[in-house]
Amino acid sequence: MIWPLYDSGVASGLLAGFLFGFVLENAGFGSPRKLTGQFRLEDWSVFKVMFTAVIVAALLLWLSKQFGLMGTGSYYVPTPFYVAMAVGGLLIGAGFAIGGYCPGTSVTGLAGGRIDAVVFMIGMVLGTALFAAWFGPLEELYLATPGPQGQTLMDLTGIPEWLIILVLAAMAWGGFKLGSKLEQKLGGPYQASDLYPADNKQN
Amino acid sequence: MSPRPFWPPLWAGIALGLALFLTFVLTGHGLGSSGFFTRFTAEVGQWLAPELTAANRYLGDYVRGEPLQAWITWEVLGAFIGALVGALSGRRFRPQVERGPSSGVGSRLVLALIGGILTGLGARLARGCTSGLGLSGGAALAVGGFVFLICFFAAGFLFSFIVRRYWQ
Repeated sequence: MIWPLYDSGVASGLLAGFLFGFVLENAGFGSPRKLTGQFRLEDWSVFKVMFTAVIVAALLLWLSKQFGLMGTGSYYVPTPFYVAMAVGGLLIGAGFAIGGYCPGTSVTGLAGGRIDAVVFMIGMVLGTALFAAWFGPLEELYLATPGPQGQTLMDLTGIPEWLIILVLAAMAWGGFKLGSKLEQKLGGPYQASDLYPADNKQN
Repeated sequence: MSPRPFWPPLWAGIALGLALFLTFVLTGHGLGSSGFFTRFTAEVGQWLAPELTAANRYLGDYVRGEPLQAWITWEVLGAFIGALVGALSGRRFRPQVERGPSSGVGSRLVLALIGGILTGLGARLARGCTSGLGLSGGAALAVGGFVFLICFFAAGFLFSFIVRRYWQ
């Protein structure tokens, strides 16, 4: 068990973040038109990139445990609070469709020069302050329906980890097929040349 | 200068999965974003209303220490630098208010603000956002991560119908 290294230093943060931001930008996830295209079904990049990343990381974590490099329970698994996470997911989904970003992609958008990303960030600070101000009445919802600590899909279903990953990969494959078909039908996905005119005169 | 094309989604997804796995190896947890904005809000609260912030039951804990002294601050700073390098090297850096062709600057910024407020509220309620709970929780095969993702996509499709004319 040589991993994780539990390194919470400056260099570890900068390195992890750099790779995160660099990949998001190269995927086109700084652009709110491309991001929200997922929900108009004309650009399936959000689904494809996220689902692929989840499966690749889940597979490597599973392999690390198989080879004895990482112990079971050695890395963080969030404990479910079913209602709060469902309502929070609904709010962030709505915020994404309306505002064009989520927290991570707003950082990517800003780094590409977008003023609307700064306004979205100001909104997030206001939303966080509202949550803090309303924490009294919201607390019941925040703490309602907790699940078992660090509950995984394996705990919930009794299905072995490798089979869960295989099922997720099969679902992703289906999603890729369906997504590419719809993209073709609806004239997507957004290419860099659609979003960044060469003459730089947009707006 | 015309922009370089985006990476194909499959390759971008594999690269993101590798970066996420490396983060787990380095730190024992995944990538995040909204935690930084919580800490930033606590910091702003400390400047504007120090007593109110310190007395607040949610943000009070953050201002007992230095709110921004945390791994996630460096991670988000790194993400900004990484995305900036991506935009510049891809010839995709454009100062602009990005919006749909039929949308004005004013309405775009109002919608960005509303979306941000909903996202800030939602991330605090869910204890994470698309990256911290959806992506990282999903990779850890956490039930909470998938509850979040299902609801995130459901609400995204629903609200997209209402605002689609602003984007198309």
